Amino acid sequence: MAQQLTAKEPTAEQIADQRIYTQFGVTDYEYELICGFLGRKPNYTEIGVFSVMWSEHCSYKNSKPILKKFPITGPRVLMGPGEGAGIVDIGDNQAVVFKIESHNHPSAVEPYQGAATGVGGILRDIFSMGARPVAILNSLRFGNLNNERVKYLFENVVSGIAGYGNCIGVPTVGGEVMFDESYEGNPLVNAMCVGLIDHDKIQRGVAKGVGNPVFYVGPATGRDGIHGATFASVELSEESEEKRTAVQVGDPFMEKLVMEATLELINSGIVLGIQDMGAAGLTCSSAEMASKAGNGLELYLDEVPQRETGMTPYEMMLSESQERMLFVVEPQHEAQAKEIFDRWGIICAKVGKVTDDGRLRLFHQGEEVADMPVKALVDECPVYNKPSSEPASFRESAAIDTAAFDEITDLNGALEKVLASPTVASKEWVYNQYDYMVRTATAVRPGSDAAVVLVDGTRKALAMTTDCNGRYVHLDPEMGGRIAVAEAARNIVCSGAEPLAITDNLNFGNPEKPEIFWQLEKSADGMSEACVKLDTPVIGGNVSLYNENAKGAIYPTPVIGMVGLVHDVDHIMTQGFKSEGDVIVLLGDTKAEFGGSELQYVLSGAPAGRPPVIDLDVEKQVQDAVLGAIQQGLVASAHDLSEGGIAVALAESCISGGVGAEVSLTSDLRPDHLLFSESQSRILLSAKPEQADALTALLSEQGVQFAVIGKVSGSSLTINVNGKSGIAAPVQQLEKVWKDAIPCLMK
Amino acid sequence: MKFAVLVFPGSNCDIDCYKAVEAIGEQVDYVWHTATDLSGYDAILVPGGFSYGDYLRCGAIAQFANVMNEVKKAADEGKYILGICNGFQILTEANLLPGALIRNTGLKFRCHGTPLEVVNSNTAFTNQYSQGEIIDIPIAHGEGNYFCDEETLAELKANNQIVFRYAGETNPNGSVDNIAGISNKAGNVVGMMPHPERAVSQILGSEDGLRMFTSILNAWREQHGAAINS
Repeated sequence: MAQQLTAKEPTAEQIADQRIYTQFGVTDYEYELICGFLGRKPNYTEIGVFSVMWSEHCSYKNSKPILKKFPITGPRVLMGPGEGAGIVDIGDNQAVVFKIESHNHPSAVEPYQGAATGVGGILRDIFSMGARPVAILNSLRFGNLNNERVKYLFENVVSGIAGYGNCIGVPTVGGEVMFDESYEGNPLVNAMCVGLIDHDKIQRGVAKGVGNPVFYVGPATGRDGIHGATFASVELSEESEEKRTAVQVGDPFMEKLVMEATLELINSGIVLGIQDMGAAGLTCSSAEMASKAGNGLELYLDEVPQRETGMTPYEMMLSESQERMLFVVEPQHEAQAKEIFDRWGIICAKVGKVTDDGRLRLFHQGEEVADMPVKALVDECPVYNKPSSEPASFRESAAIDTAAFDEITDLNGALEKVLASPTVASKEWVYNQYDYMVRTATAVRPGSDAAVVLVDGTRKALAMTTDCNGRYVHLDPEMGGRIAVAEAARNIVCSGAEPLAITDNLNFGNPEKPEIFWQLEKSADGMSEACVKLDTPVIGGNVSLYNENAKGAIYPTPVIGMVGLVHDVDHIMTQGFKSEGDVIVLLGDTKAEFGGSELQYVLSGAPAGRPPVIDLDVEKQVQDAVLGAIQQGLVASAHDLSEGGIAVALAESCISGGVGAEVSLTSDLRPDHLLFSESQSRILLSAKPEQADALTALLSEQGVQFAVIGKVSGSSLTINVNGKSGIAAPVQQLEKVWKDAIPCLMK
Repeated sequence: MKFAVLVFPGSNCDIDCYKAVEAIGEQVDYVWHTATDLSGYDAILVPGGFSYGDYLRCGAIAQFANVMNEVKKAADEGKYILGICNGFQILTEANLLPGALIRNTGLKFRCHGTPLEVVNSNTAFTNQYSQGEIIDIPIAHGEGNYFCDEETLAELKANNQIVFRYAGETNPNGSVDNIAGISNKAGNVVGMMPHPERAVSQILGSEDGLRMFTSILNAWREQHGAAINS
């Protein structure tokens, strides 16, 4: 006999009288609106469905005014925000599909499964568009690695990402990891997926054709992940541990089957509409598909494959069981679709049909259990213009002189300290756990400025990176937003690619706090400005708010995922110095800028003052010049200057190349300022001696500020400043410090 | 010459094996795990991946796939069979090769290039290498720690069945005697954890793996009286 596992559901009256809806994050005002749309009080299933559809995670009700700021069009953009992922043309009838998404709150509670299902979710976003996923990236933030809980989270998030990506056979080619106390208790786990598609294969999540059947594919639905979207839309607290049930469990093997079968189905050309079941599961996918087609949908819940007995409509609609998809075909193609899923051993069940009444109707055990207007679910959630106010600290911090620390005389020691700082240190411990080579297209592996993945059968390749310095954004959201985009583009250019577009993941605190909303606004302004200047529209993304812990909000962290096009594989560039005697050239101007820098963090443990200032015109000029030089074959290595400034960049180029360098710098700045400043728009190039003149001539012609600063030589890094010895250390020693830092902390 | 690349539902290096055979210009087909006939193929590649999810012992379920009966038949007929990574795990589970693959001693998945010593260049899979040559082939596995009892190890050594060892001090997974790849007694079945199919062009970081595929081709041609120039 089927057991009744859940307590009896409250009635519509009880929900109203006891304000039960508030437990789902629905406000009194929203509840009244819902009653208005229904013309009556919602029952338990209906309020459940509305609450997830109207959660921040699904509705963007707090962030819509922010998202409107972003430039979203461009000549190459084939699909902007709104579908599973954005799509950009790369020529020859091919396009690149990519998106980033967060799984922060699940990962804070159950790091392995939280991170693993984050990867699973973003993969589905890509292949449900009809694209073959070719690469995964991530952007991770953790607290200080001296903390045991942080170590536990770091260890398990990395193995969760590895466990999922390695099994499904999509290479995890790049990403970034930063450590700062600000993220303690609320780590950030953002996963990005990049796919390839032919223009004529692009799919949309629409429930087209009245009367057409709706199919469910993937594993059976269980009680896992119920209310995951709501969980993502509140602050984490002591009670969050109790919400473990909101975290789903991933099955990458199942996802592999669903992926292959889905791509086969799409290639057969019979799919009218398809969408993955991500946040808010069956609810969100069905409502959105109906909405986009301007249709309605009936779902017969008894037909939904169920893993557990006695599941209620509420539970089925809100479950976030993983690896499931919903699609629509014409009735005559039903057998063909089923045959494909049979071959892959996957359940494919007819669970509904497309209707013309614009309503989402649910049937269970012979009764209609819910009846809601699709438009109300998808489009009518109120949009809030939250109050915004500049925090007093922002004005005060302008007066802080970030260069006013005691002069560092032991520059070797300072370099080693910065190299050993986990944010700067080698991430080999992380990426060696990821299969970054499967599918044999990874031309530039993790550890350079951007990863490069070949487009099989062509001379093209894709460069990809994730980037954001949350400390800069914390100190000045607008400047930090600009820098995040600019630095991502700089990484792409240093890999020999033309920046195409971005996907963004806005990780912020509670937007109901005016100073947090101010951060959101300002950083979006800065990002938008940089996107326009650098010609990289926003083609999609994700918003993760309410990232707070007991001490307050995390640093505002708008992570940029950027993809660029390498026009010819001969242009692929890496950061490592190549050959003895190559000439080293530094582009850009160095000022004493330390707000939010790695040196400031190492010295004082907290960011203060203003971040470096970026001039987007200069940035664009530098990037254009470097890309031109690379494409003309004048460059042997290229490396973006970021955390730790020129000293760290030189050390990394030496370590990556397994060679030394002799460098002489002249400057009015103090030597420690010169070596560790994080001034923007700077790139380190090297060139073969016989090409150095052509390179410098090109840079002069382009009006870029540069200096020839030395040559690749020997096995030590020596940097003289104004004729005096600054840094002198064997590269092997620097490499050891840089590589051992994270493994030592994790032992 | 015609190669088969087996495809289990969770194979994910099938495409890489396919591309590697294409790179040497030979014919290749994907063969689904339910297939019941491999008679049209001269060599069978069992690729890496997670055959049936491998939530149990890696390859434990795959040994029961229909196609494995055919692989055993092909092995008996002296055809060339190469299992890479998960393919190696499957071949040990199917008792086509001795020993077993257990979890890496570090308990973590490891992916990186690794120097391999060609211990036996006198096989159908390594005849294009020189004896003792060090080649650069990547690994990517969590359960690549080769284990066998002392008796089996002595036998492997006596019969020259150790094909590859991790060179010097580089053993990444704790395998017995630094073993990275072995053959059966007859020499026509080889299993290895490193991925030669990922090292077939300079742009991917190494082309040292290409010669494994040309070795097989060479052996086949010799058998059929038309050796390539070597």
